[in-house]
Amino acid sequence: MNRRTLLAGAVLALGLAGQGMAQDEPVKAGFIFVGPIGDGGWTYEHNQARLAVEEHFGDKVETVFQESVPEGADAERAMTQMALGGADIIFTTSFGYMDPTINVAKKFPDVKFEHATGYKQADNVATYSARFYEGRAIEGLIAGKMTKTNKVGYIGSFPIPEVIRGINSAYIHAKKANPEVEFNVVWAYTWFDPAKEADAAQALIEQGADVIIQHTDSTAPLAAAEKAGDVIGFGQASDMAEYKPSPRVSSIIDNWAPYYIERIQAVMDGTWESGNTWDGIGPGMVEIGEITEAVPAEVKEEALALKESIASGEYHPFTGPLNKQDGSAWLAEGETADDGTLAGMDFYVEGLTGEIPN
Amino acid sequence: MDLSAINPILLIASLMVSATPILLAAIGEMVTEKAGVLNLGVEGMMITGAVVGFAVGVNSGSPLLGFVGAALASALLSLSFGLLTQYLLSNQVATGLGLTLVGLGLSALIGKPYEGIKSPTLGDIHLPLLSDIPVIGPILFQHDIMVYLSIALVAAVWAVLKYTRIGLVLRAVGENHDAAHALGYKVIRIRLLAIMFGGACAGLGGAYLSLVRVPQWTEGMTAGAGWIALAIVVFASWKPWRVLVGAYLFGGVTVLQLNLQAAGLKVPVEYLSMSPYLITILVLVIISARGFHGAPASLGRSFHASS
Repeated sequence: MNRRTLLAGAVLALGLAGQGMAQDEPVKAGFIFVGPIGDGGWTYEHNQARLAVEEHFGDKVETVFQESVPEGADAERAMTQMALGGADIIFTTSFGYMDPTINVAKKFPDVKFEHATGYKQADNVATYSARFYEGRAIEGLIAGKMTKTNKVGYIGSFPIPEVIRGINSAYIHAKKANPEVEFNVVWAYTWFDPAKEADAAQALIEQGADVIIQHTDSTAPLAAAEKAGDVIGFGQASDMAEYKPSPRVSSIIDNWAPYYIERIQAVMDGTWESGNTWDGIGPGMVEIGEITEAVPAEVKEEALALKESIASGEYHPFTGPLNKQDGSAWLAEGETADDGTLAGMDFYVEGLTGEIPN
Repeated sequence: MDLSAINPILLIASLMVSATPILLAAIGEMVTEKAGVLNLGVEGMMITGAVVGFAVGVNSGSPLLGFVGAALASALLSLSFGLLTQYLLSNQVATGLGLTLVGLGLSALIGKPYEGIKSPTLGDIHLPLLSDIPVIGPILFQHDIMVYLSIALVAAVWAVLKYTRIGLVLRAVGENHDAAHALGYKVIRIRLLAIMFGGACAGLGGAYLSLVRVPQWTEGMTAGAGWIALAIVVFASWKPWRVLVGAYLFGGVTVLQLNLQAAGLKVPVEYLSMSPYLITILVLVIISARGFHGAPASLGRSFHASS
């Protein structure tokens, strides 16, 4: 077969695919994952939601996914491939896919894109995220109450607003619970590298931290905490229930399924529109995993009360008076942070030490 | 900033632990390359070792058996690479890359039932008296057996390559396989053995990750350690003790930068993380400027008795 017939064949095939679309073909939903689906954390939960989509729609939907796609140029290739493969909607599930998603979306105006945790939108690119910082507030409270060394270790992935928000929220509530508390933040510069995450946890523990909060995707920091004994941590993105009752004393669970089902339904109905969804504990996108018996009953009660007040909208985790790290005023008494500031958060609140790397 | 928060003794001790997987993989790959075979499948063999080691360790309750299983499984996997490249004369680079892909996929498949399970851990050996010596006690004498084994392995490889007939033959095969063949040495058989040795070592390295360092099974958990091992072999210009230095340097920089961060020191993390690779490039430039780069002359070339 020479090149010309090959091209002709490809065009024909595309044409056929185009025709097929018009008929009652299943909607094809693509997913780009940053880690393996078995990471036990972030990607695992996205994949659970993908499975929930299949369960919900049955034959009406076909899902495809690619795992461990590096953030950067390779992501564009993966997305392009998926779009060429006939996907009607593509979920790109990591912050670092933001620009690749926008670039690829320009080339495929008929394909809908959904980018998780980013802030750039287009006519065919919607963004969605969960208000993880609401969950971080509860972790902060527990951390502040539980630490004996007054040192909390925090494993950050990349210095992006999402992660910084979490650190601030956890710190504010840890400080309220325990004015003596200090946070040590370590940047791992990876979302998923169990060995490095374990090393980071180890370094923090060796320097006196007895509570580890992680914003990376694997269960390795919990394993390190367990090995060290007398150190607690939290499940991240997924329940990580295998480390119950300790070191995992609670967790933040991402529940993407309702959102994915809603958006794919919108594609089927032809009502899909670009937009920005940012849901928290109230609507159920963020869930708080069981607080185990390793936490004293009164602390647990307090944590659950905080969860209730956040869920009902009565309390906002970023409520003034709050100052920025340099001491300048940020929020006045009773004032709450607006979503714009939160979405682009690039500063620590007062009391946190260290600098955010650029 | 509080540098005093870093305990240098704990730092060095955790550096040794963190470097052990790449040290094991790198010393194995060095032997393979010394025999003239470039096996780029280290990552795939490591992750296979990680999952098999974990599975055997969990099922038998003995981490040591896990290590044995890991070594056997990865040696078996590397044998497939050996058969393809040595008998069927397939391209070593492509086959090695294929081996990595196979290993990653295979391990994900085998590992499915083992996600979220905890492994039996290998206890540290506290040598009486020796481990109580201040400073060097905790650094040198309070590790698990695999740390010692990895260092012993480096010493053994060095001694065998330098002082024994087997080592000489292995090097001859790697330097000039035609000459070795003319002298009557079984080039292919020797290379197969070297490949399997490399596979077994990579498997041990992977199992060290899943059984000791992390310790749990997570898909894709080697996260590029195999590629670092390959870089270390080049960095070391194919010399065993330099492999040890290289592995501790690569492992050390990772641990050091995390510790510096935890201590609140303002360090340019990116530069520190980059530094081992920069040093590798620098070493390559220096050795090629000297005209002698230390690479086995037949590295990566296929051998067939007819040619």
